[in-house]
Amino acid sequence: MSAPAGIPPRPAAAPGGARAPAARPRAPPCRNGPVQSQVHFPSGYSLNPENYSAPSTHYPQVPHEAIPSQLDNQYIADYHSACYSVPAQSVMTHSIGPGMLNTQQLYGGAPHPVESSGGLLQEAVSSASHLHTSVPQSYSAMSSHYISSTSSSVASQGFPLSSGHYAMPSVSSAVYPHLSYPAMSIGSPYRQVLTSQSLPAVGQFKETNAFPGQSTIVPRTLQQQVTLGYNSTSWSTSDFQSAQENLSRNHTGSVAKASNQINTVGIVDSSHPVNQNVQFTKPGVETSVSSVVTSSVRTPAADHLIEPASVPSSTQPPESLLQEGMQYGGYVNNQASSAPAPLSSSSDDEEEDEEDEEAAIDSSSTTSSASPVTNNYDALEGGGYPETDSATSSPAPPPQISRNTKPFGYGYPTLQPGYQNATLPTSAMQPSNPGHQSGFQQYPQYPGVNQLSSSLGGLSLQHSQQPESLRPVNLIQERNILPVSPVLAPVPNLNSDLRKLNCNPDSFRCTLTNIPQTQALLNKAKLPLGLLLHPFRDLTQLPVITSSTIVRCRSCRTYINPFVSFIDQRRWKCNLCYRVNDVPEEFMYNPLTRSYGEPHKRPEVQNSTVEFIASSDYMLRPPQPAVYLFVLDVSHNAVEAGYLTIVCQSLLENLDKLPGDSRTRIGFVTFDSTVQFYNLQEGLSQPQMLIVSDIDDIFLPTPDSLLVNLHESKELIKDLLNALPNMFTNTRETHSALGPALQAAFKLMSPTGGRISVFQSQLPSLGAGLLHSREDPNQRSSTKVVQHLGPATDFYKKLALDCSGQQTAVDLFLLSSQYSDLASLACMSKYSAGCIYYYPSFHHSHNPTQAEKLQKDLKRYFTRKIGFEAVMRIRCTKGLSIHTFHGNFFVRSTDLLSLANVNPDAGFAVQMSIEESLTDTSLVCFQTALLYTSSKGERRIRVHTLCLPVVTSLADVYAGADVQAAVCLLANMAVDRSVSSSLSDARDALVNAVVDSLSAYISSASNLQQSTLIAPNSLKLFPLYVLALLKQKAFRTGTSTRLDDRVYAMCQIKSQPLGHLMKMIHPNLYRIDRLTDEGAIHVNDRVVPQPPLQKLSAEKLTREGAFLMDCGSIFYIWIGKNCDNSFIKDVLGYPNYASVPQKLTQLPELDTLSSERARSFISWLRDSRPLSPVLQVIKDESPAKTDFFHHLIEDRTEAAFSYYEFLVHIQQQICK
Amino acid sequence: MESVVFIFSLIDCCALIFLSVYFIITLSDLECDYINARSCCSKLNKWVVPELIGHTVVTVLMFVSLHWFIFLLNLPVASWNIYRFVMVPSGNMGVFDPTEIHNRGQLKSHMKEAMIKLGFHLLCFFMYLYSMILALIND
Repeated sequence: MSAPAGIPPRPAAAPGGARAPAARPRAPPCRNGPVQSQVHFPSGYSLNPENYSAPSTHYPQVPHEAIPSQLDNQYIADYHSACYSVPAQSVMTHSIGPGMLNTQQLYGGAPHPVESSGGLLQEAVSSASHLHTSVPQSYSAMSSHYISSTSSSVASQGFPLSSGHYAMPSVSSAVYPHLSYPAMSIGSPYRQVLTSQSLPAVGQFKETNAFPGQSTIVPRTLQQQVTLGYNSTSWSTSDFQSAQENLSRNHTGSVAKASNQINTVGIVDSSHPVNQNVQFTKPGVETSVSSVVTSSVRTPAADHLIEPASVPSSTQPPESLLQEGMQYGGYVNNQASSAPAPLSSSSDDEEEDEEDEEAAIDSSSTTSSASPVTNNYDALEGGGYPETDSATSSPAPPPQISRNTKPFGYGYPTLQPGYQNATLPTSAMQPSNPGHQSGFQQYPQYPGVNQLSSSLGGLSLQHSQQPESLRPVNLIQERNILPVSPVLAPVPNLNSDLRKLNCNPDSFRCTLTNIPQTQALLNKAKLPLGLLLHPFRDLTQLPVITSSTIVRCRSCRTYINPFVSFIDQRRWKCNLCYRVNDVPEEFMYNPLTRSYGEPHKRPEVQNSTVEFIASSDYMLRPPQPAVYLFVLDVSHNAVEAGYLTIVCQSLLENLDKLPGDSRTRIGFVTFDSTVQFYNLQEGLSQPQMLIVSDIDDIFLPTPDSLLVNLHESKELIKDLLNALPNMFTNTRETHSALGPALQAAFKLMSPTGGRISVFQSQLPSLGAGLLHSREDPNQRSSTKVVQHLGPATDFYKKLALDCSGQQTAVDLFLLSSQYSDLASLACMSKYSAGCIYYYPSFHHSHNPTQAEKLQKDLKRYFTRKIGFEAVMRIRCTKGLSIHTFHGNFFVRSTDLLSLANVNPDAGFAVQMSIEESLTDTSLVCFQTALLYTSSKGERRIRVHTLCLPVVTSLADVYAGADVQAAVCLLANMAVDRSVSSSLSDARDALVNAVVDSLSAYISSASNLQQSTLIAPNSLKLFPLYVLALLKQKAFRTGTSTRLDDRVYAMCQIKSQPLGHLMKMIHPNLYRIDRLTDEGAIHVNDRVVPQPPLQKLSAEKLTREGAFLMDCGSIFYIWIGKNCDNSFIKDVLGYPNYASVPQKLTQLPELDTLSSERARSFISWLRDSRPLSPVLQVIKDESPAKTDFFHHLIEDRTEAAFSYYEFLVHIQQQICK
Repeated sequence: MESVVFIFSLIDCCALIFLSVYFIITLSDLECDYINARSCCSKLNKWVVPELIGHTVVTVLMFVSLHWFIFLLNLPVASWNIYRFVMVPSGNMGVFDPTEIHNRGQLKSHMKEAMIKLGFHLLCFFMYLYSMILALIND
């Protein structure tokens, strides 16, 4: 035995005391809280024992999202300035490009070059002139609209004049009295409504600008705005420029300069091109808004320019006002339609209204949100606006118009070139003055025309041209259905303002980006409705907010988000339950701009993904420390496989990188037929092993010092890790008492919670939770029934639930060569929010690929972020409800998921149904809030909010289908189905999903031939992906599949985020022997070639080539027999094909161009995901080839259809 | 003799009614989030077997005492109870499984089932009452 002297030989090791019954701690009743256990474990908690004991009693029962308690003002309202320096999320980065570039980019697929400001200016000029030419049309329309309105005198007055441009100033003088800043007469709000609406309308114009082909939307001009433009001529141009710049810059949410004075003449920043005003883009069309805009809204730029002196001495810098106008215009979409919210507060039982104190503080500050005005607006909201004659000039659109004019901003790639032609003849308007130009171009709209023209535009959009995503695709005829570049998530059809604010599709995706209005419509579409979440994703930019009050809706507890609407400065309306809430006093102050009175500019309202630092209200006990326990199998089987060396080595390397703070604790338990504990108490000279052989009634041999502080006992831990791999080399113990070891681990962890990492190498054969082999190897390739997909015992499930109640997650690493009943073992991770790793036929030397994979996975596993004692709540707009959850967690109540640990690689899915029809809203929102304790002991809440439009027609539902999300959700549903019913049922359900949705589409589109198989463009990949699912390990039949492999694939489907899952289902295939720089992208000064995607068929493989298959967690490089020798030499580093070894897992670093290209491409692929995949080079004749060919899903196998056959099969089913 | 059978059935039926009400209350507590899934399921699973036995006993009693109509009325419900109990997957923690009760509308279907049973037992209650009185008069 090579164990160091310090570790006593095993038989002798058990100190008498440990075995003596007297030493048994009366195992603390796990569920009722570890009150007494702190006595046993004083080391970690002695600092604040009373804190720990008190709350823990009711700890398991009570959800954590909020603890009612007094507001603790320990957090001052400071922001993490570091985080805020660039709070603009990645979404915002698009705005660098000119104009609507981001949308274009999404549709066009290729990023636009950033044009120089000169070019932009040119473009602006042209667009301005473009507008100019179309002005008459809009005016005529407008006049007809306004002729009847009584108080629209201003508008109608402005109209004729503006066509004559130079007369405008006089109009402005007529207008301004109404707009003047402090004079907030009660009658005036409507006029302000007018102005505020014009601002969003700017965006509308920009849209037309961006897509000239869509110019059926008549540009609208707001006379007030025009006056602004003209007034700017009387001021210095740079003045205007700076105003504009301020405007755009503020809106991006980037750090606004504190000294953001408009008067700072000369901030002519070429990097802020004129076109940036796209950021105000607002669906001019969606004008259901008007009624909510409140008295405090005004066009501040105009104010400022006209009467800068009249800007009161208040703390509000003028641009903030502008911003207000912007926002009020921008976030009011579901306002007009919303039902009055219940005023009674029915908060969750565990959450308390802490804002009560702040309620109804109506300060009479300079912002004149006088109550009469707001009352007016309430009346308006109630639907009274048609009667208020004095208000007719406010563009309160008839509802049917607003319905018609829902913006269907599908981008048409074909239109894109039009955007570029900046050389339109500039007509009468010569760009004599840049300020003038931009001013004109910026305010092109007239609200009155808004509805008419946009409804026209909307109509023409919907009828004359079909959106690209609805283009019918004949699946059988179209052979190359796979796009050349990876499929992107469809962009929800929102106006670009909301689109920009919307949550990143990587974190939050919905299967239907157009939500059907009713369940009946959803049923008709036959598509699944659900969300795919990746809430704890590693983010590079995340606004972190420290604030003593976290503003939430008082009735549904929704966190304030970009899609709420501010009724006035003091109140906001929840976008989920439509309740009107008060804005707390503190929220009025924006620490970002250090200004007061602009709640809509707070980062919570500017970002759809934010993280709050939670106050003590959100804690039931002090944040737990990071606690890690490793439970290692040391039976003969495990030692033989040699995983211990890898684990210990990897842990040694990453010991310092384990997430945690000074309180981090760590412990080790090993087991074979007995359970061994390790005393690592600081002060011992060597680690001490304590053996408990009474596995029927497991107990902890010593109350403390089994979980020790990482920093205090680091030397001992290192000693142990160095010794552990060699301690059991000669063991003859073949049994495995996993169940008792887990029970012991649970006892050890229950006082604190944390993470248990279990390494298991065989079927547990002793003690509680023992399992028997259930797999019949002869049935592996059976096409009929696959049994035993569910757990054999409820032991692991119960254990997981106990662990979950004590905030302990169990992560399972299964490294086995034979059947180990993963279906049963996986339960310990599934319900405790752990993760599962499986390494079939693991051996440290015989199977280097698996060994390398384990190494890489462990590195990621040890170093990745971790959140403890987490709960996640998913809220959605009233009318929608969640009915099924997928992922690893325990559903504690209808919408609350209890996650003992949350890791950045975990994905979740939920299925939704539409309970009440969504007739009174045009937008629905979903919000996930993940409350967790960071490894540094901070309680944090990460909030994601997704906003999607509601549609009424079936075609729109199909147009918005997100095929990847739908397939992932279907895969999750199929896993449930195969466990609860049978595999063949699940397979049938998958095929039926395609058949039903396509036949529903064909029958809905009457003009299509019924005989051919036609899919909308958005769903053209649906059959392909479903076929891929049917050939996936989880669901395939006929091909020999080990039960554990199958179950593992199912576990992965349930717990992987969408991006990873899609690669698992449908890998990406690239040809890499002829990489060129054509279309290459530049990442960090590296040129990354972008080879086109190949279809997954052997027909694409040629013997002369080399191919890379990206399966998510593994890369295969297949090398053809006659592969170019220069490729083998330059990239693989071998002289010829014959000399390439069978097991090559690394590309050598060669100093050749092709090697550099291949490596940069592969490392680029690697960097795009958290888990570093292993690489496997496969020669044409190597046995591993079958793995590779299994992934070629378009080909026929002996047991499954080829893609073409599958299509024919579907067609037959449809025709039946 | 017959009156004894019906008196017993009546008492048994009362117990079943109370049990159904208890099921409904507990499930609606879960629906409203007053208790968590785990405690709800462990509470309910305890009473699944007593309910099963209670109902089976009445059914058998009716069969033995040759009350065909009542027996046939009880048979579907009794067999459903047994079927449900037998078909619980090996990995589940009973008829009510805390990990699944919130999924796929299970909570709703359990609720519906408890409601139907309550109605059924009420119906039976009056039938037994009537039969009991009839039997007592005949005696």
